[in-house]
Amino acid sequence: MADVLLRGRDITRRWGGVVAVNGVSIELVRGEAHALIGTNGAGKTTLVNVLSGEIPASSGSVELRGDDVTRWPQPRRARAGLGRTYQRSTIFPQFTVLENCRLAAQARYPAPWRWWEDAARCAPCIEAARAAIARAGLEGVVDRQAGLLSHGEKRQLEIAVCLATSPQVLLFDEPLAGMGAEETERMLEVLHSLRANHAILLVEHDMDAVFRIADRITVLVDGSMIASGSPADVRANAGVQNAYLGHA
Amino acid sequence: MAAIAAAVLALALFPLFGGKFGVDFVTKTMVLAILALSLELLVGQVGLVCFGQAAFFGIGAYAVVLLTPKTAAVSAAWLLPAAVGAAALYALVVGALSIRRRGVYFIMVTLAFSQMAYYVAHDTPLGGGTDGIYLDFAPSAGAIDLGRAIPIYYFTLAALAAVFAFLAVAMRSRFGRALAGIRVNEQRMRAAGFSTYPYKLAAFVLSGAIAGLAGSLFAVKDGFVNPELMGWHISGTVLMMVILGGIGELHGAVLGAFAFSLLQEFFKSHAIFGEFSKHWALGVGLAIILVVALLPRGLAGRRG
Amino acid sequence: MDLATFAVQCLNALQYGLLLFLIASGLTLIFGVMGVINLAHGSFYMIGAYMAYALAPALGGATGLGFIATMAVGVVLAVALGYALEWAFFSFLYEREHLQQVLMTYGLILVFEELRSLAFGNDVHGVAVPDAFAGSISLGGLMSYPVYRLFISGVCVALALGLYVVLSRTRLGMAIRAGSTNREMVASLGIDVKQLFRVMFAAGVALATLAGMLAAPVSSVYPGMGSQVLIICFVVVVIGGLGSVRGALAAALLVGAVDTFGKVFFPQAAGVLVYVLMAVVLLWRPEGLFKAT
Repeated sequence: MADVLLRGRDITRRWGGVVAVNGVSIELVRGEAHALIGTNGAGKTTLVNVLSGEIPASSGSVELRGDDVTRWPQPRRARAGLGRTYQRSTIFPQFTVLENCRLAAQARYPAPWRWWEDAARCAPCIEAARAAIARAGLEGVVDRQAGLLSHGEKRQLEIAVCLATSPQVLLFDEPLAGMGAEETERMLEVLHSLRANHAILLVEHDMDAVFRIADRITVLVDGSMIASGSPADVRANAGVQNAYLGHA
Repeated sequence: MAAIAAAVLALALFPLFGGKFGVDFVTKTMVLAILALSLELLVGQVGLVCFGQAAFFGIGAYAVVLLTPKTAAVSAAWLLPAAVGAAALYALVVGALSIRRRGVYFIMVTLAFSQMAYYVAHDTPLGGGTDGIYLDFAPSAGAIDLGRAIPIYYFTLAALAAVFAFLAVAMRSRFGRALAGIRVNEQRMRAAGFSTYPYKLAAFVLSGAIAGLAGSLFAVKDGFVNPELMGWHISGTVLMMVILGGIGELHGAVLGAFAFSLLQEFFKSHAIFGEFSKHWALGVGLAIILVVALLPRGLAGRRG
Repeated sequence: MDLATFAVQCLNALQYGLLLFLIASGLTLIFGVMGVINLAHGSFYMIGAYMAYALAPALGGATGLGFIATMAVGVVLAVALGYALEWAFFSFLYEREHLQQVLMTYGLILVFEELRSLAFGNDVHGVAVPDAFAGSISLGGLMSYPVYRLFISGVCVALALGLYVVLSRTRLGMAIRAGSTNREMVASLGIDVKQLFRVMFAAGVALATLAGMLAAPVSSVYPGMGSQVLIICFVVVVIGGLGSVRGALAAALLVGAVDTFGKVFFPQAAGVLVYVLMAVVLLWRPEGLFKAT
């Protein structure tokens, strides 16, 4: 029985006269990596923003582990187990790698009234941070200032910061952007290891990576979903070949 | 740490050789340092540029005067907290309405709300009008007579040290780190699960409370309040102190308060400028422009 | 309140609102397009008023023609001042953080205030209403209203229309509107952004200065007038929405009405009402009444 962790039903998002996302439905299942592909401006990032709660849907609903979260603001969804990364890194450049993750992990153990207690003493925060750092493969640079990391390491940190809050649903927006071959391999290993226990949505342009790792693929063109299914089905779909893969 | 201890020691010993004018000047500067610390919390730690700090300062001052009856002194033990509470309450209202606004809007809205307080003091009978109101009795604090220069000096020094220590500790706590995260990247904080609005509002109220404390000490020291205490020149001056001393470090705010006060005294000095000293604001204005243009990190600001 | 008094107050509110719009439009455009928050904008209003005070006797300002000449000279001086200030000072502010802009323009206010104090002292001065516009005119037999105030409103309406025409029908206006949404795009369209900014800034200064000159006979000329009008303009711009000229007009008229009628009905609380209005609007529409044009 599939464990559906996140369900978007018939999501539509309008900006003034433009329909950025048009009646898209999507399901994220634990143990599955679901890729979201489409040309630039197809509405992928907008859909992710609606799922994560940063922008409200014009119509449609979002369910997270059985709860209707359509009206929940992003922080509340995050606390309920929804994590995301951004296309452009949103790490804290001035803090160390450890502090980046510790601060994110703190969201689960906020205790803001304990003004006398040094934050570094929050043992659960540190534990969660170290675990996330290990999963993302950044143990070697734990104490380095985040701004000084290489581009690939920064993207890994982006993932680590997301994992620090122990989310169950992961929305990754172009995690491989700007990466070389070796870094891409490393990142794909990380994604592969995460798949077993999480439901992953992956927005990506790198078609090789997508077909290697995805269990399901949804294709968006101009805000509408034109195909959704296993990689083989999508590859064979004539509409997709026309609209998208033909241009790859 | 050693530098801070030395500074506290220097301030503690100053009255021994400072003279009447010196003690008065340093007391006033220490009050402004507390005000500057309140603004550093907002600007340096959370990244909220507030141009309305004068309102909380003035409300703290006016509360002391208005809550002291004409007949007898009241205990500082509840008068000062009451003044702080009044300022914090106004900060709660202003913050609730302003914090949802970004950047420039926030600056303009906080300025406008502080003008609102100014007009209440200036135009309504509550504020005593432009003439201001005198404090009939300094609050009583046991054996200490706060109406005299030396006791209020040390009382203010103790308050400054307490506020500094409190902020230093609090900024290292989870609350403080969350504020720092909000300053650097609010989006990431929200994505991790922090509801950022309550944090910002709490910081704003805390900042208003500390500013109110500074105001209440000012009223006790001067024995007199007038609407100019809520004027936006105060807001501009304290913002200048924070940037002069350097944003991002608590000691920067204190340093900036002293540096700016000395700068102002320099331009006001009859000995140096003679007749022109009555136009000291010109020198100060030019100094502000030059400092901001040439020393963006101030004297001791955060590096990176 | 009888009809005649009500009508008078309406006209007063209109005149005040239109004057505010003149000043606020410059402020909102300068921020919307150039991203600069200029605390010293109110100082230009003050400079205009003091210019009227200084120039009037020299140019025989009491006659109609002399007054127009005074205003023309004032506008030319203002444009020159605007150009010079933009080149020497404001052009350095574009890329800076808001905090730095706030402080540097705050320093500029202090400098302007002291220069004024050096030149004119700190007394309150009056400026005579020019003879050509002195006296009152009967409106519909209902009541009489000062001609000069109608003149002010008339000039403001004309300028507002001119602003509308420039913004919506000229290439300059297109560049301005494009610039308020996307600065880089404007540059890539081949428009000289530096010149555009300089012209816009000078125009903003001229509008504020002109407003000061127009207002001098009715509001008198005094040291705090710049700061006072600046903060009201901030309220106007916040209510109207930063960058929106339409919003500035609507908000200015609203503020004019609230302030004028507030003074009539609640003289004690008059100064505060405008801020209460701002608080109410913020609660209802945090982005202001209009988005940027």
